[in-house]
Amino acid sequence: MERMAETIFDIRDIRVTFDTPDGAVEAVRGVDMHVRAGETVAVVGESGSGKSQIMMAAMGLLASNGRADGSVTYRGQELVGLPREKLNRIRGAKITMIFQEPMTSLDPLYTIERQISEPLRVHGGLSASAARRRALELLKLVHIPEPERRLKSYPHELSGGQRQRVMIAMALANGPDLLIADEPTTALDVTIQAEILGLLAELQHKLGMAILFITHDLTIVEAFADRVYVMQHGKVVEEGVTEQIFTRPTKDYTKMLLAAEPEGHKPPVPKSAPILLDADKVSVTFSARGGLFSPGFALKAVQDVTLSLRAGQTVGIVGESGSGKSTLGRALLQLLPSEGRVVYQGVPIQGFNRAAMRPYRRNLQMVFQDPYGSLSPRMTVGEIITEGLLVHEPGLSAGQRVEQAMEALKEVGLDPAMRNRFPHEFSGGQRQRIAIARAVVLKPTVIVLDEPTSALDRSVQKQIITLLRRIQKSHNLSFIFISHDLAVVKALADYTIVMKSGRVVEEGVTDEVFERPRSDYTRDLMEAAFNLRQVLSRQAEARA
Amino acid sequence: MFGYVLRRLLGAIPTLFLVVTASFFLMRVAPGGPFDQERALEAKVLENLNRVFHLDRPVWEQYLYYLGNLARGDLGPSFIYRDFNVQQLLANGLPVSIQLGGLALLVALLAGSVLGTIAALRQNSWIDYSVTAVATFGITVPNFVVAPLLSLIFGVWLSMLPAGGWGGGSPQNMVLPVITLALPQVAIVARLIRGSMIEALRSDHVRTARAYGLPTRMIVGVHALRAACLPAVSYLGPAAAALLTGSVVVETIFGLPGIGRYFVQGALNRDYTLVMGTVIIIAVFVVVFNLIVDLLYAALDPRVRYD
Repeated sequence: MERMAETIFDIRDIRVTFDTPDGAVEAVRGVDMHVRAGETVAVVGESGSGKSQIMMAAMGLLASNGRADGSVTYRGQELVGLPREKLNRIRGAKITMIFQEPMTSLDPLYTIERQISEPLRVHGGLSASAARRRALELLKLVHIPEPERRLKSYPHELSGGQRQRVMIAMALANGPDLLIADEPTTALDVTIQAEILGLLAELQHKLGMAILFITHDLTIVEAFADRVYVMQHGKVVEEGVTEQIFTRPTKDYTKMLLAAEPEGHKPPVPKSAPILLDADKVSVTFSARGGLFSPGFALKAVQDVTLSLRAGQTVGIVGESGSGKSTLGRALLQLLPSEGRVVYQGVPIQGFNRAAMRPYRRNLQMVFQDPYGSLSPRMTVGEIITEGLLVHEPGLSAGQRVEQAMEALKEVGLDPAMRNRFPHEFSGGQRQRIAIARAVVLKPTVIVLDEPTSALDRSVQKQIITLLRRIQKSHNLSFIFISHDLAVVKALADYTIVMKSGRVVEEGVTDEVFERPRSDYTRDLMEAAFNLRQVLSRQAEARA
Repeated sequence: MFGYVLRRLLGAIPTLFLVVTASFFLMRVAPGGPFDQERALEAKVLENLNRVFHLDRPVWEQYLYYLGNLARGDLGPSFIYRDFNVQQLLANGLPVSIQLGGLALLVALLAGSVLGTIAALRQNSWIDYSVTAVATFGITVPNFVVAPLLSLIFGVWLSMLPAGGWGGGSPQNMVLPVITLALPQVAIVARLIRGSMIEALRSDHVRTARAYGLPTRMIVGVHALRAACLPAVSYLGPAAAALLTGSVVVETIFGLPGIGRYFVQGALNRDYTLVMGTVIIIAVFVVVFNLIVDLLYAALDPRVRYD
């Protein structure tokens, strides 16, 4: 963006404070930012950096305990402290927003038509029939298949990507000057993310509005933005033209963010390594039995998956949401009923009930995605870590258990003195370390890791990856690493399985799969994850 | 939808059958009989009575006999109100109970949602606190306290309204009983709506509505209220069944000819057929209102389907 267009959105020394029971918390501490007409600006930062709260403050959407000070002007009009009626003339018309959660941002009780029409009728004074015509135009504009039918649909009948398209249609309804997109693709699969970003770029090209893009994902920033603000702890630490930020960052924090992409790779294990876990044609079917007067249904979540895990190996399972990768992980550990054959160290454990599985559980551990939900909030960290020992080593004294807990905490890089604290006192990354300590303390041979890094910021992710590598070496562990995040799998796994709709579409040594993908699906996945920029520019060329 | 309703009604037949069977035998297990009085009847008279009402037969035979009559729509003669059969008693009392209960339900729904919404919109203000306090009061004070108080204040001291009586169903006579019946329901609905409204106002889609500059009345009235209604709807189904089948306390204190009192009188006097009749009526109402709730739920929430 060479020519200097006029500044339409100007943020000056904005501060956002939340009153909490523990006193006032400053989420944003004096930020200056501006957006020129037609420009694409990215605000990038990790969770808690305050990047979203700036926009909430500007749009009058802060939670009731939040307060904004400073100034936000839209074409000279001050927005902070503007009475609601006046603010309502700007938001939804001149400045519009799309949000991260496509599942919940639309009202589940009303049709798509009604929800797109409301801002049209309120701001543009359109009649019901005129609004319907315009809503249909908008759905066509955002390339929703069968737009006529979709008008009558409810949000739950649409996929995540389609819902985000509907949000974009709503955002465009009144011809905005500025579109604020708050992590609009974070909840979507990479291929859908590429489609949505492509759509935004296309619409910007066609309609000329400015886009303010809030994200934690540098790949998107590089592919999409003209200019970048980097935020940390409620302040802007660096700003500049995208290329400059990516090639010549000046601040340490920016450098750290750029270097936080997962790196390294794992050499394959020798063919002679013994097979620990062998699964043959594993299938999982979810079904609901029909009632007296209603039919049942069956859904094949996993179909005929065969894999083997050797000692010291990490098998990565990648796939988009709904591909059955997590279900497969649970089926391998006999956490849900499945068909096929699973053998652990020569013992066919397939179909074992809870009692029969118990002796094997300590060897076959699992770490879950959600570091907030998977630790009991009413137990101390020490109790959480040693709970498994109560079952598997009942002979241990309380003192010995504490010793083991301290040992395990040290091993995952936490202070052993923390064992008496409760999970809520820890950050997401620390909690995931606790979950890993809980698995490691039992000295297992196999750990199934189900998206263990997906809820974490990239910089924290990198630390967890390093940790997993270290404990794998020191304990000679074998991992099954389930993730939608290709970069993490590439760094950690030596063998990769790509799943789609419950089936394996491709598998092989990680380097092979990533360098020379054979199936179209894998290729699309790789492109969308690693070459987003090329994908978007190809889309742009196709339009031109 | 028609098919669904039909399936549900067919599915209710086994339920009703179980209710009838359980109540029938429970009644017979309870000590005493319909003709036990303080002064025992002459043996010959008792024998005759027992023969007339088939009480001399084995219980399973009485049961089959009752089922046979029931299948023909005959609820049998009342043991106590000897000039009436149970159908006649219910036909006289039910309209009274339904009118009172229906009005109380309407009041509960309207007043409850308005109060709950106001409290939610002014969360943690004095308005919110007073609604919550009044609601707690409404739930805790029993109707046998409220009814005489209302009757005393408005009927006796102020002479604004009749202190009791049905008066052929004239509106003045209904005011106090309806208020008594509605008060706890208003309180419960207000609390339910307040809670779910607060949650709805915090939801992402309400944030979307705000971000798109929709006026507050639309955000509250269109987007938040519909979601906030859902818990109140599921509560009101069973509550409606209870309201419409009459209240013995309210009917006794205000002297109203509803069916609520039959249940208690019938039970105390071992009036087997009358108790069975009221049990069946209540069971039918519960089944019907649960069905209505499910239909309403599906109408309010498109994610709910009939299957």
